[in-house]
Amino acid sequence: MTATIAPIQGAARPQSTWRSFLRALRKNLVAQIALGILALVVLVGIFAPLLAPFDPATQDLVGRLKPPIWLPGSAPGHLLGTDDLGRDVFSRILYGTRVSLLVGVAATLLSGLIGTVIGVLCGYYRGIVDTIFMRLADIQLAFPTILLALVIVVVLEPSLTVVIVVLGINGWMSYARVIRAEVLSLRSRDFVTAARAIGDNDLQIMFRHIRPNILAPLATIGTLQVAAMIVAEASLSYLGLGVPPTVPTWGGMLAEGQLYVATSWWIALFSGLAIVLTTLSINVTGDMLRDFADPKAYR
Amino acid sequence: MAVTSTAHPTRAHAAGSVRRRATRALGGELQQFILRRVGQTVLVLFCVATLTFFLVRLTGDPVQAMLPPEATIAQEQALRQALGLDRPVFVQYVSYLSGILHLDFGQSLFFHQPAFDLIVQRLPATIELGAGALVFALLVAIPAGIIAAVKRGSAADSSVVAGVLVGQSTPAFFVGIILILVFAVNLHWLPASGRGGFDHLILPAITLGLYSMAMIARLLRSSLIDVLSEDYIRTARSKGLSRWQVIRDHGLQNAALPVVTIIGLEIGSLLGGAILTEQVFSWPGVGRLTVEAITNRDFPLMQAIVLFLSVIFVVTNLIVDIAYAFLDPRVRLS
Repeated sequence: MTATIAPIQGAARPQSTWRSFLRALRKNLVAQIALGILALVVLVGIFAPLLAPFDPATQDLVGRLKPPIWLPGSAPGHLLGTDDLGRDVFSRILYGTRVSLLVGVAATLLSGLIGTVIGVLCGYYRGIVDTIFMRLADIQLAFPTILLALVIVVVLEPSLTVVIVVLGINGWMSYARVIRAEVLSLRSRDFVTAARAIGDNDLQIMFRHIRPNILAPLATIGTLQVAAMIVAEASLSYLGLGVPPTVPTWGGMLAEGQLYVATSWWIALFSGLAIVLTTLSINVTGDMLRDFADPKAYR
Repeated sequence: MAVTSTAHPTRAHAAGSVRRRATRALGGELQQFILRRVGQTVLVLFCVATLTFFLVRLTGDPVQAMLPPEATIAQEQALRQALGLDRPVFVQYVSYLSGILHLDFGQSLFFHQPAFDLIVQRLPATIELGAGALVFALLVAIPAGIIAAVKRGSAADSSVVAGVLVGQSTPAFFVGIILILVFAVNLHWLPASGRGGFDHLILPAITLGLYSMAMIARLLRSSLIDVLSEDYIRTARSKGLSRWQVIRDHGLQNAALPVVTIIGLEIGSLLGGAILTEQVFSWPGVGRLTVEAITNRDFPLMQAIVLFLSVIFVVTNLIVDIAYAFLDPRVRLS
């Protein structure tokens, strides 16, 4: 993430921004489909217990490794077949949505909060704080996230909270860089000078005048970040180092599915498709947000 | 120049000395830049070494973590002594740092071998995989990026853009499993796991290279689109050069710079991706060793791997930065 996002024209008028966003969305069929899928994924995550036909943990050793319902030899009711312990693959995928979304959103919010605070402080005050944090960002950006996450997850006992915190402190750099650049240009703008002239202090300026102007780049990075976090969580779970293995996750299902891929491909295929479909729709949405916020940034 | 110097010896001399001074100043600046970056790199590595040392100790007693729960107190004390953990933390820290300088990263608890030797044994496999992945990524990304940029808005462009999005959204381990399912299990064309001849390399290299391929294709496309709208491209075209000559001699040369940087940065993501890819294909490299170290709670080995991998990508980034400064003098000034 080296490109900075230019200041958004008209960001101070949220009404018109929202309307022009809807207009841009109406013209973009791919983004509409992506948003539709995303809405569906969120609903599935929320209502998984109501939608799932089976309990995701109930084992049935007689009915293990049954194929999806449209193939010969399938077990009745098991839409996407069963896994090596006879658990319903479809129900486990529905429940897996919860972990993916929870970790994706929570880790993004945490890294967004850390990154924004650091970015605003660095851009506003500059000086030694700026130098230290930006060098730290350089170092951490060069370091593969997964390795750092692995080290921390191993020394701490893996749990949902640990995974969220580990991924959260691994993702602040892109926010900090973009927000810092944004604040650097904002702080010398006329409305900030005017605010200072009428006696606003630094905190008031940051909250009242800077904050509304950094929301658009924040939304863009945040959206793309959710997808990255979902993949990172799935990677940890795939390696068996994410949330405890008793919790159904897409990455964990993929790891189990790989053991039986030669005979029971459906376990790995459908859980993997769930990841791809979700991250793809998030990335399409994020790209659309970015194009909308700054048409020149990427083509 | 020879004519000028005989006709106006003083002016030629002056011009020469100005040029020499400029070159010297530029050389000095480059030297300074390299020195500064080398200093930063050493500092970063020192920080990583310190961080890994204290991370392991801050999170509890490594001896407790290393031993099985049924270990006796005598066993615990023996291990503590063997590892030198009965000494004060500062002494341990100093001996740890001096060990690193002598390439002594400690002894693996699980393999009972020096950690450094284990990493060096596994390194060729990871380099082979990484190089294969990078070659695959470049072979696909360069033509794809050029075609998409030149025929912007065409069906070919749209499919490259779509491919980039899918490539960036699909986790490596899923790609690997699908490739195994199709090419190993169903078609029996390629082996599903292990390291051997060229046929063993194909599926893991594609798996690991896919994400980098998407990144490079996307960047090459967008930077080439920028370059192709410049005035000098129009000038070159109006001189009568063919379309391909213009792209090759004027477009690609200028679009290559950001791509070179991203290839350097991709080394980090390739190393991270290798952990997952090697796990999928049982590829006996450093990535697999990392997972083995983690599952065996082999702390000395993990420490060594983290340090070793840090050295690799910090040094790679240093080389890329210096290469970049050679190519583009503006980098040094900023």
